[in-house]
Amino acid sequence: MTINQSGWKPTTPVAGATDTGTVTGNRALMLEEALIFEIGDTETTGVDIVPAGDEAKPAAGLSSLLRSAPIGLPGLTEPETVRHYTRLSRQNYAIDLGLFPLGSCTMKHNPRLNEKMARLPGFADIHPLAPRETVQGALELINTLAFWLIDLTGMHGVAMSPKAGAHGELCGLLCIRAALEARGDAREVVLVPESAHGTNPATAAFCGYRVENIPATPAGRVDLEALKARLGPDVAAVMITNPNTCGLFEPDMKAISDAVHAAGGFVYCDGANFNAIVGKVRPGDLGVDAMHINLHKTFSTPHGGGGPGSGPVVLSEALSPFGPLPYTAKTADGVVHLIEEEQADEFATEHFGGPLQSFGRMTAFHGQMGMFTRALAYILSHGADGLKQVAEDAVLNANYVLRSLEDVLDAPFGHSGPCMHEALFSDKGFGEGISTLDLAKGLIDEGYHPMTMYFPLVVHGAMLVEPTETESKAALDQFIMALRHVAERARAGDQSLKSAPVHAPRRRLDETLAARKPVVAWKQPAPDGADRPTPSEVGDR
Amino acid sequence: MRYLPLTDADRSAMLETIGVSHVDELFRDVPEEARLDGPIRDLPLHASELSVERQLSALARKNVPAGDVPFFLGCGAYKHHVPASVDHLIQRGEFLTAYTPYQPEIAQGTLQVLFEFQSQVARLYGCEVANASMYDGSTAMWEAIGMAGRITRKNLAIIHEGVHPHYVAVARTMAKFTGTSIADRAPTLDADMKVDALLAEIAANEPSCVVVQYPDILGRVTDLQPIADAAHAKGALLIAVVTEPVALGMLKAPGEMGADIVVGEGQSIGVGLNFGGPFVGLFACREKHIRQMPGRLAGETIDADGKRGFVLTLSTREQHIRREKATSNICTNSGLCALAFSIHMTLLGEKGLRQLAELNHARAAALAGRLAAVPGVRLVNDLFFNEFTLELPVEARPAVHRMVEKGVLGGVSLGRLYPDEPQLGRGLVVAVTETATDEDFDALEAALTEACK
Repeated sequence: MTINQSGWKPTTPVAGATDTGTVTGNRALMLEEALIFEIGDTETTGVDIVPAGDEAKPAAGLSSLLRSAPIGLPGLTEPETVRHYTRLSRQNYAIDLGLFPLGSCTMKHNPRLNEKMARLPGFADIHPLAPRETVQGALELINTLAFWLIDLTGMHGVAMSPKAGAHGELCGLLCIRAALEARGDAREVVLVPESAHGTNPATAAFCGYRVENIPATPAGRVDLEALKARLGPDVAAVMITNPNTCGLFEPDMKAISDAVHAAGGFVYCDGANFNAIVGKVRPGDLGVDAMHINLHKTFSTPHGGGGPGSGPVVLSEALSPFGPLPYTAKTADGVVHLIEEEQADEFATEHFGGPLQSFGRMTAFHGQMGMFTRALAYILSHGADGLKQVAEDAVLNANYVLRSLEDVLDAPFGHSGPCMHEALFSDKGFGEGISTLDLAKGLIDEGYHPMTMYFPLVVHGAMLVEPTETESKAALDQFIMALRHVAERARAGDQSLKSAPVHAPRRRLDETLAARKPVVAWKQPAPDGADRPTPSEVGDR
Repeated sequence: MRYLPLTDADRSAMLETIGVSHVDELFRDVPEEARLDGPIRDLPLHASELSVERQLSALARKNVPAGDVPFFLGCGAYKHHVPASVDHLIQRGEFLTAYTPYQPEIAQGTLQVLFEFQSQVARLYGCEVANASMYDGSTAMWEAIGMAGRITRKNLAIIHEGVHPHYVAVARTMAKFTGTSIADRAPTLDADMKVDALLAEIAANEPSCVVVQYPDILGRVTDLQPIADAAHAKGALLIAVVTEPVALGMLKAPGEMGADIVVGEGQSIGVGLNFGGPFVGLFACREKHIRQMPGRLAGETIDADGKRGFVLTLSTREQHIRREKATSNICTNSGLCALAFSIHMTLLGEKGLRQLAELNHARAAALAGRLAAVPGVRLVNDLFFNEFTLELPVEARPAVHRMVEKGVLGGVSLGRLYPDEPQLGRGLVVAVTETATDEDFDALEAALTEACK
């Protein structure tokens, strides 16, 4: 069956387009690519499967459950498939192509050794429910990584199963909730400073807590006095991001922890920015009770266009018995144990002096084994000296960017001392009508992925630049040159920035249209193209 | 330090630009007493690529890869052959090392792939719309229960006995703190799915949703339409969970049988076992519920030149934007695994998927017949796709270990999944895919015969 019966081709040049006007829509090496639904059909396949044969008819009882109509899934042969995805890949920016200055998102070089290790059949081709005697190496790997996560953070236990940073936040809050309930203490409020990641209040609310904001000081830190004033018997936890989203270290962290503990609450630290302090500071020494570690950020696993991530949560001694299964904890002899349901009670009674009070499971199996392998390869590759150097170079690079640009871009906390892993700028001083978005799109034309925009919320028109430690000085100098140039255009009120980008595979895309009339699955289009969308307010936002 | 490009000369020059004399001055906001001076305890110094490869390969060799032995494990993770071009293509740096497509003009590759993925998933599941993937099947099921609660404004989820117990455990964890009640029970070793009991339970309650797995944890399949009708009569939604998507190449899609939300695990297509993760959760529903659906969505639009393009859309529901008003816990998705799924599905196409499903079923049927003839063994269910349950004359857990001694990974014992349900102790779930050869069948039959003595 042909799926695209109309033969409608999206790549046909649109009359009056400002583009090059080639008949194919392609521009030399930049190739347009139709959807698989427009180029494939249901009778083409790129795999050779031995047909099951007539003697293998399904059981009679299944007949009413068998498919009677086509699904409508297009197939391509292998060469067509390779071209389709290779062409699409070329329409993406990626860290392999250049600097990715996304603040708080930490896009650093992805070592290919880690990919190779994660694909060893001994790790990639083992089943989560395989008998334990056949997966001893995998369990040892998890235990070894757990040991380093506990050691590098100065904590006591670690929940390995959370699948991503936000999932880790949820895990940490569930531990806190379980610990409070175990002592019969029903607290209702979680305090979240303004400078926290947006996921923090979302997670707290998702756990059923009421969220209250704590203001930031003019210097971009948590207002310690405001926080202390709000603490009380109804506060379950404080969620702090440290280093925070203004790119600054919270120097009062220990005082904050002490105050929260004195009030009977727990301290959750968002560890998304742990890469800036790994090997330099142990959050456990600052009084943190729970912290998720984005393995993909701190220990560099590829982001893959949106995931998978991995968010193990390190836990203090007070929270350790409450973590989800499977679960890893260090005993007094310094040995780290991996605990699953069956061994849980026996282990806990022996080592915690009572039954494990795990709050349950967060995911079907053991967590992101593929990410564990990559993270351990990264830790071993860097070693004790390299991990410290990672933090130092990340901080050095960020401060270099900050100081090199503060004469052309407003740096609201530039006077607050050094930044950590990321440099914060704002749109103050831009010409009439030019926004942070315009500057960002201008940077695309210069060959760079834009920085994080409009975040953190405490700064108007914020721009958060995180160069990471895997950029050379030459790469930074070229980026700084490009950003200076676009910043100067923004200050001069260069209105042509509003139509940037002009050199990208697509010009500004109409997001309003996409949200107003959502089209999220392919449908057979009308033959004359009458159902194609028309612009709403493209290019003027 | 092969990953760190700065030289000492660079560092000095940069410190000079910054105006400090030593890098420690950049850490001056860290209180003295919190600084970690000296080396990290026990961690060796940086290691060469060769050295790390040796260390990790030594660990990998302590495991038994599924591809090395006769292998019959399923229960939520399945061994299928993945064409070589899938892993080759996902390792292209422009896919592998790209960020979330927040800048659509330079992320059209990822965005078009997600749009195609959504379209494939929606069709496979028989639904109108699908999202750009979840963490895995178990978290997708939990989010579906949360979504049903938002739509119906009720908070009782009735979970059928055939749903994967780990999925139920995830739902229970999350439910504890969100006011959702979970009603579930363990299965028994019966040939059918006990739909009548479920229908009665639905009629006697006011559920927000009914959750049914298809095929279920024992491998059983049943018509979902009567369950959908019963759920709808009470104003509840039917959530169908699919842990083996290959089944849908042959069996009717849950969406065609009245399911309102269909979720599941996509690991079987393109992803691989990975000891349980990374996996890829699939999530689809009716178009009228699109604004209540969790997770990312790629949507079609046009650019300033009128050319078709794609953007992330409806993200105002999402966690990173909405702060305390977000409707789900998902922040990132499984983009790269979704890509692998989509490439493998494109290679298969409808024809290949159908052939693969038929081959899986035929192989399973052939093996089931042989194993049912092993003395003392009873085939529990006669309607199945590629996974079925045996009742052994002995406890299944030690039998599995005895088969390991014969070099055969012979299935998942229900005792491992339900440690608190002794009546399931003799249950063994056997999964058969296109990767199992006739020699593998011989080996399993011999090992099982021996283990049952």
